[in-house]
Amino acid sequence: MNPPNSAARYRDTVQSGAERSNVSLVVNGVKHPLDLDNRTTLLDALREHLQLTGTKKGCDHGQCGACTVLVNGERINACLSLAVMHEGDEIATIEGLGTVGQLDPMQQAFVDNDAFQCGYCTPGQICSANAVLQEIAANTPSHVTADLTAPVEITDAEIRERMSGNLCRCGAYANILKAIHQVAKERA
Amino acid sequence: MRAFSYERATSPAQAAARAAEVPGAKFIAGGTNLLDLMKHEIETPLHLIDVRGTGLSDITATDEGGLRVGALVSNSALAADARVREHYGVLSRALVAGASGQLRNKATTGGNLLQRTRCAYFFDTAMPCNKRTPGAGCAAMGNGATTRQLGVIGTSDACMATHPSDMAVALRVLDARVETVTAEGETRSLPLDEFYTLPGGTPEVENTLAEGELITAVVLPAPVEGRHAYFKVRDRASYAFALVSVALIQTPDGAGRVALGGVAPRPWRREAADAALPQGAAAVMAKLLDGARPTDENAYKLTLAERTLAALLAEE
Repeated sequence: MNPPNSAARYRDTVQSGAERSNVSLVVNGVKHPLDLDNRTTLLDALREHLQLTGTKKGCDHGQCGACTVLVNGERINACLSLAVMHEGDEIATIEGLGTVGQLDPMQQAFVDNDAFQCGYCTPGQICSANAVLQEIAANTPSHVTADLTAPVEITDAEIRERMSGNLCRCGAYANILKAIHQVAKERA
Repeated sequence: MRAFSYERATSPAQAAARAAEVPGAKFIAGGTNLLDLMKHEIETPLHLIDVRGTGLSDITATDEGGLRVGALVSNSALAADARVREHYGVLSRALVAGASGQLRNKATTGGNLLQRTRCAYFFDTAMPCNKRTPGAGCAAMGNGATTRQLGVIGTSDACMATHPSDMAVALRVLDARVETVTAEGETRSLPLDEFYTLPGGTPEVENTLAEGELITAVVLPAPVEGRHAYFKVRDRASYAFALVSVALIQTPDGAGRVALGGVAPRPWRREAADAALPQGAAAVMAKLLDGARPTDENAYKLTLAERTLAALLAEE
């Protein structure tokens, strides 16, 4: 018998077809049945199989946040999740957020406040920013929340801390902060 | 990444039995650490057992006045739970000090306990690492190695990596227990202190789980009322692992408990050090860090740990 991690074992997995699975992803309200290699991340399924390239691949290791999408309303790193684990999940990407003619308020706020330069991290920033406002509205605590039992307030410190999983190499942070405040005020 | 087959488990006992039965199988839940390690081919499972359908997603009250936290409860949900915020503040604080919002939504309670070290030499597959490849040697102990992030106590000649979890440091100070189900379908409950092992000559072994054994819950005893605090010192203000962290519960009479993160292969606490809390930070650290074996580069952690606790004690 081969040891568990021998090359022959991986070859057997591939030759038997056990390395593939059928999965249905619901992306921006549309159901997509897919036959995927189990190794396919949610990010690669979106970009390479569904041609939804708005979600970006930055580090591919969960460190930069460029791949941030919403799954059942919660933001996650699409690069650190297997597509096969999202059977039936509701996935929201930047493509589902607004259109060129009718931007989502967060997209409009990023334009109004010059909250990007190269734009590569922007889809992830916008998905994350919308989730941050939802998380604050739901009163989830953060590292900078002073009192765990009092309502969370929308402050610079709260927004900066909650956005720390989204890096911007151009350094547009100051204007990203302004854009998020703008949307928070519109909603207040 | 290596090819693998995939299945969804329907109950904890079934998952555990399958994991012992299928060669090269591993559990997956949030996947935020495992998938990263699979991309680096540090982890190379042949088969993944998705345990998210095993019904372990609830936080319930125990008969003893504590809480049973299902292994699949996300780090976000646990930190935000009203009972945890009010009675186990040190746990909420530790959770929100870790990772990013995106990762906390995905990472689970069980997975957080089992995450692997972030030692740079463990991650660099071009370098020798006893934890990755038993007997290969340790690049962190070579000439010119960078050790400022690494452990100062509980380490061995084979490994000086630290455990990266913030959550586990809070759980240690709370005297939490880990509940599991074995491949034979038996349940087990053990204190966190008996869950994690020290590296010794076998740094590839990090806990006392048997083959196939699945974490089903973390149980918090009845709350210890008093001041709960978690102070994490890191290289940037957010989204970085601890250089040193201090979990503190201080009761109104000045007694209490202290555990450290970022210094050892597991959350670091000694009851004898707790007893020294009324005498101040220096007295606590004299007991807690006795026997430390720092390098020139990470000896600062001994001073930093004492000052971090002193800062916490001076706050109120």
